[in-house]
Amino acid sequence: MSKLIVGPFNRVEGDLKVNLTIKNDTVQRAEVVSPLYRGFEQTLQGRDPSDALIYVPRICGICSISQSIAAARALAAVQNLTVPHNGLYSQNIILAAENAADHLTHFYMFFMPDFAREIYQDEPWHDKIHTRFRALRGTAGKEFLKARAEFFHLVGLMGGKWPHTLSLQPGGVTRALEKQELFKLKAIVAAMRHFLEQTLFACSLEEFNSLKNETELENLAERNGDFQSFYRISKPLNLHKLGRAYDRFMSYGVENGNKAQFFKAGLFQNETIEQLNTALITEDVSHSWMRHATKPLHPFDGQTLPASEDNGGYSWCKAPRMDGQPVEVGALARHLINRHPLIEDLIAQYGGTVHTRVIARLLEVSLLLPQMEDWIEQIIPTETFCHHPEGGYEDGEGFGLVEAARGSLGHWLKVKNGQIANYQIIAPTTWNFSPRDQNEIMGPLEKALLSTPVREGETEPVAVQHIVRSFDPCMVCTVH
Amino acid sequence: MSEMKNMLWLQSGGCGGCSLSLMCAESPNLYSALELANIRLVSHPSLNQASGRETVKILEDALSGELRIDIFCIEGSIMFGPHGSGRFHMASGFDNKPMKDLISELAHVSDYVMAVGSCAAFGGITAGGLNEAEARGMVFDGDIRGGLLGKNFLSRAGLPVINLSGCPIHPDWVMETLYQIAADSLSHSDLDSFYRPRFLSNRLVHHGCSRNEFYEFKASAQNLCEQGCLMENIGCKGTQAAGDCNIRPWNGSGSCITGGYPCIACTEPGFEEPGHAFLQTPKIAGIPVGLPTDMPKAWFVALASLAKAATPKRLSVNAVSEQITYAPKSKGKEE
Ligand code: SF4
Ligand code: SF4
Repeated sequence: MSKLIVGPFNRVEGDLKVNLTIKNDTVQRAEVVSPLYRGFEQTLQGRDPSDALIYVPRICGICSISQSIAAARALAAVQNLTVPHNGLYSQNIILAAENAADHLTHFYMFFMPDFAREIYQDEPWHDKIHTRFRALRGTAGKEFLKARAEFFHLVGLMGGKWPHTLSLQPGGVTRALEKQELFKLKAIVAAMRHFLEQTLFACSLEEFNSLKNETELENLAERNGDFQSFYRISKPLNLHKLGRAYDRFMSYGVENGNKAQFFKAGLFQNETIEQLNTALITEDVSHSWMRHATKPLHPFDGQTLPASEDNGGYSWCKAPRMDGQPVEVGALARHLINRHPLIEDLIAQYGGTVHTRVIARLLEVSLLLPQMEDWIEQIIPTETFCHHPEGGYEDGEGFGLVEAARGSLGHWLKVKNGQIANYQIIAPTTWNFSPRDQNEIMGPLEKALLSTPVREGETEPVAVQHIVRSFDPCMVCTVH
Repeated sequence: MSEMKNMLWLQSGGCGGCSLSLMCAESPNLYSALELANIRLVSHPSLNQASGRETVKILEDALSGELRIDIFCIEGSIMFGPHGSGRFHMASGFDNKPMKDLISELAHVSDYVMAVGSCAAFGGITAGGLNEAEARGMVFDGDIRGGLLGKNFLSRAGLPVINLSGCPIHPDWVMETLYQIAADSLSHSDLDSFYRPRFLSNRLVHHGCSRNEFYEFKASAQNLCEQGCLMENIGCKGTQAAGDCNIRPWNGSGSCITGGYPCIACTEPGFEEPGHAFLQTPKIAGIPVGLPTDMPKAWFVALASLAKAATPKRLSVNAVSEQITYAPKSKGKEE
């Protein structure tokens, strides 16, 4: 039995460390540690509710739009404010842009460079991968950064700047679009489509989106795209068997009466999709460096009070549970619950693994672009983009849910005397990288790391690196 | 060309948004820009190949002098809490070392130290509210000297910590500063009293704002998403905040104000606690409290009332519309 502390993890967003216990060259126990606490929920107490829109995007530089939308929805719920047609589509487009950019950043900048490591230098594919994907100097990085920066022009136009745009408001968006600007937006999306079809997928998005099962995916394997470079090495490296958690998945869907509903809400467990009941969500702090509550609390009543002494916990992260159980969230969960045939087939064969998570994320990019094109078409420049509340905030409560790139994000808000009386946030990586709970049930990553092989002499087990990054963790969101 | 410079980047109590914004650098892209400036990124939490022990080794080599650090960039607030212990942010991979201590040690072995973003410069958003996190900047705690490194810190090149404030930074702010450092051309006189590059603080955000015409006539928006000036009713601080945001487009063409919302002065120390709701303009007797920097109040009042009386209908109506309602009268003869 030996102990190994793995970290700091580079190429994840924020700070992360994993404590491993290893026996017979496999992981026997894992503890996932989030080492940074900033205290946003505390800072929001007592403020004007609208200030949340300045604070919450700054929880996270990589998914600031999702944080803004969750807050805007929670604020709208408190005020009974509706969002006009144009506001809704604008929000959808901006969020889709961030989600797509995040997935691609993950693939090109965070995930693929691991295959350029020395440990793989004897593999027949290593030279090619090293040339293309090694960090900083690989040929893919520059090409992707350029495409990414140009793609974000869409948010520059619709939201002023990225990250930390204030344009997302409870009643819609603050930027009305003119007719000719819609054409400009389409051109920006078309340029990204071109990059994806030429460089990433080596096929049209429509072809990729209509794949029904892995056999059809295999038929594309010999094409010369960056996706294929991953796909061809994934199974030989056993990534389809690596990093399986509970196979219990959750998606909040888009819940604000959106006509253009893109993600469906649901809970997948025991191989069936059930209806989602967010009243059953609780957060447990039994293994966190938080002052211990007597029992897990629903986020409306939740508290975030850091313990002033080391209290035997091992992470700043809390343990969110759905009906007492950990769930995995993210693109894989979304498209399983949306019942995309390719994802259903992959889950039936392998469950949630490194292989399936990466494929689902890229499939989502491919699905998002045509959806964005359609949403741009829906905007009617002669109509309003934003509803405005009458008067200030009255006492009340509300919550806002959104599917961020990394999965389900929720904000729960209580307003009293015109001020924020409680604000609790559960972020996607809080779900995925949760510590144990009072029943010693592991978080999804802790479970996924069990039985991971460790090669002889490895201090940074490469399999552990793949599994951790397959979740595309965002640690700054996790603890906030 | 000057010698290759080694750059080390660490993140502390921030959101990573400054790095993510930097990755939006254009003409050229970030990697090409660094390469052309002859800067070698020896470690960055999101961009480098190394991870775990390899990263720790790089940091240890930097501390021992084995690896020369020419430019040390720190992003995010320095975390002192709880009770000065730094336990809210421990350095992964080190034995019981608060991140703040590691940052301080590295700052002392680096030629240039750059605080990237308002968090690292002044404490920033992480220092909001009661600041139970005890977040501070490298040299400043808000607008007061008293950050991590003390009042008079000079890095080995003889410069104070360069404060690239902004939440987040504009990628060009970082790159144009780095180009100057790479060419050994940045000097103390290029920095203002908050040690921000002067090119950032020589202008107010107001300069070049697309709503200037509305401002001239005090034609103000009543609500977000309207086209008028945002100063009178919606809290815009563009007339008081350092920045070239309206003459240097963000993400291709944007700025906070073209995005339809007010400047919240994110480049200024203490922006996180304006003392009022961000989207409100505090007023006394109907006159905004925060008047334009270097404008006498009496003049402002006189000009404002004169301007209001002279506002063309085109502007007064457009100011409270989402789209242009009245276009300027065409010079051509109309039938
Ligand atoms: S300054 Fe703003 S953008 Fe930069 S790290 Fe801090 S919170 Fe994030
Ligand atoms: S316009 Fe103001 S709030 Fe916006 S980035 Fe510039 S200085 Fe910051």
